[in-house]
Amino acid sequence: MIIDINFVGLIIASIMASAVPLILASCGELITERSGVLNLGVEGMMIIGAISGFALMTVTGSLIIAVFGAMLAGVLISTIFAFLTQTLITNHVATGLALTIFGIGISAMIGKNFVGIPGKEFPVLFESLKDTIPLLSPILFGHSVVFYFAFALPFTTSYFLKKTKIGLIVRAVGDSPESASNQGINVKLVRYACILYGGAMCGLAGAYLSMIYTPQWIENMTGGRGWIALALVVFSTWNPIKILIGAMIFGGLTIIQFHMQAIGVRIPVQFLTALPYIVTIIVLVVISRDSRKIRLSTPSSLGKSFYKDN
Amino acid sequence: MIKIVKRDEPSRAIFFLTPVLAIFLTLVAGGLIFYILGFKPFEALKFFFIVPIADKYGFSELLLKATPLCLIAIGLSFCFKSNNWNIGAEGQLTFGAIVSGGVALLFYEQEGFYILPIVILAGAIGGMLYASIPAILKTYFNTNEILVSLMLVYVSKLILDYLVVGPWSNPEGFNFPETRQFSDSARLPLLFEGLRIHAGIFLALAAVVISWFIFYKTYLGFQMKVSGFSLKTAKYAGYKGKKMIILVFLISGACAGLAGVGEITGPIGQLHREVSPDYGFTAIIVAFLGRLHPVGIIFASLVVAITYLGAETAQIFMQIPKYTGQVFQGMILFFLLASDYLLFFKFKFIGSKK
Repeated sequence: MIIDINFVGLIIASIMASAVPLILASCGELITERSGVLNLGVEGMMIIGAISGFALMTVTGSLIIAVFGAMLAGVLISTIFAFLTQTLITNHVATGLALTIFGIGISAMIGKNFVGIPGKEFPVLFESLKDTIPLLSPILFGHSVVFYFAFALPFTTSYFLKKTKIGLIVRAVGDSPESASNQGINVKLVRYACILYGGAMCGLAGAYLSMIYTPQWIENMTGGRGWIALALVVFSTWNPIKILIGAMIFGGLTIIQFHMQAIGVRIPVQFLTALPYIVTIIVLVVISRDSRKIRLSTPSSLGKSFYKDN
Repeated sequence: MIKIVKRDEPSRAIFFLTPVLAIFLTLVAGGLIFYILGFKPFEALKFFFIVPIADKYGFSELLLKATPLCLIAIGLSFCFKSNNWNIGAEGQLTFGAIVSGGVALLFYEQEGFYILPIVILAGAIGGMLYASIPAILKTYFNTNEILVSLMLVYVSKLILDYLVVGPWSNPEGFNFPETRQFSDSARLPLLFEGLRIHAGIFLALAAVVISWFIFYKTYLGFQMKVSGFSLKTAKYAGYKGKKMIILVFLISGACAGLAGVGEITGPIGQLHREVSPDYGFTAIIVAFLGRLHPVGIIFASLVVAITYLGAETAQIFMQIPKYTGQVFQGMILFFLLASDYLLFFKFKFIGSKK
């Protein structure tokens, strides 16, 4: 059997494409969690982003409005979470669950009129370079701008957290809100900002799904990706670069299903579909087993409310 | 001027009043959403909350939907009280349905009084087995139970899908994704002729009574309460933390599994893809709305069950999308959490001299 080297490149590119929404959502959630806030509403924010992007694209015809609108929708929905957890000091876990249930309901409600409408073609960059270098060309060229943004994001996130002053403040707030507050940092404000940023990234991740990856609106189209993104943050031990690796593994699992079916491997399709979820559990077990390591890398105040008497 | 002050201790009266406030605020917000969507708010709310339960049949449907919600929420309250975040009840329900459904199929075309108890027991065991996975991984491998229990929901639905499409599908069923019909001896008896409400409601009521007894009359209930307040205190008092985690997950799984049995041996009568319209997730809201109190959960399950019925009625009569039910459920939880603020803080009017 001769393996076409460009075919290998195409497979890698398709794995990367399916990793994009996971990278975006995980990197957003990572910042939120680094500030000490556990937002379990990722799935809800993504699905809101997906319908907002698709609806705005259909109604306005503008891709730019649609992409930024989806991010804004993510910000708006995460504002509910921020207000509840930060201003009204509610429990993070319960509020996040409410956000997901609410988001799925609202998206289906809005999306009712957009089922079955075909999507638009999303422009790709560097298309003329697609046949220049074997193997590498399909990987490097001919993708949407969101794709390139997603693959740069772990590196910029890492730089932001490690090298910038604001990044340091975010980490300080997550690790010890009391001492950060004593240093004159407005903990609530920082956490608000981090939650809204997470919302924007989840909104973008959703828009990528409904506008670029499978350009159409399907109910519940995020299909648990938001939860996998949350698991990826744990997997990465809150290190953005490792999110990249994790997202590629899960992207790979998704793509393998299609190719296994195409080759005609006799494994029930349901088993292949369940694989990413099962692997997530196994990976979580392996990572979490070392409780000392987890404790060292988890933001110390993660999921705990902070209230300052004034 | 109004000043917000922290209460010295949470107010007991407000603890049970805020759920009522949350329901009221949800109705107001719901009316507003209907208005924005272009419906008459009062008419829509009437179709949503009153019309569905106006007759005998509607009331039976209400109890039918409230039964699994109540049963699962009772189980979840064991977990939530002791600080264990089991959010995968939907998976435990599905797996309970799979195991009990499998047993019921073994008794295909057989009759006998012993069949139903075996089927019910199988469902409870199935739910317990499935809930033991996140519990064991949490206690022995320090793995986050939220993510594991949730991932297992997707896995359970795919197992069910595989079984009803493949090995368990009805040989005379023209390839429909469903199993054979269970024999009459494997079905929960109906309570009234012509209504769908079945004997499963007694399982839910039994769970209410037993859980009340455990929570308020046993040492175990006390231990759970302490662990819920502070894990450190529980450790200091020498409670066996690991045992308790596994126990509450098993109880919770058994309840969810029983809810699954109730669905397939009650209204459905066979296994197919959709054994539950997300009862397992909605029950999380029920547990919170009922304040993790057995009696509160009864009321909460009735209130939340209306959102299922209301969504169906509103869809038929006003073409309001059925997902509005989920929107209402999300809003109830939002408002409930928000009004909890009143538990810990109070508004103080200052500067108003007499």
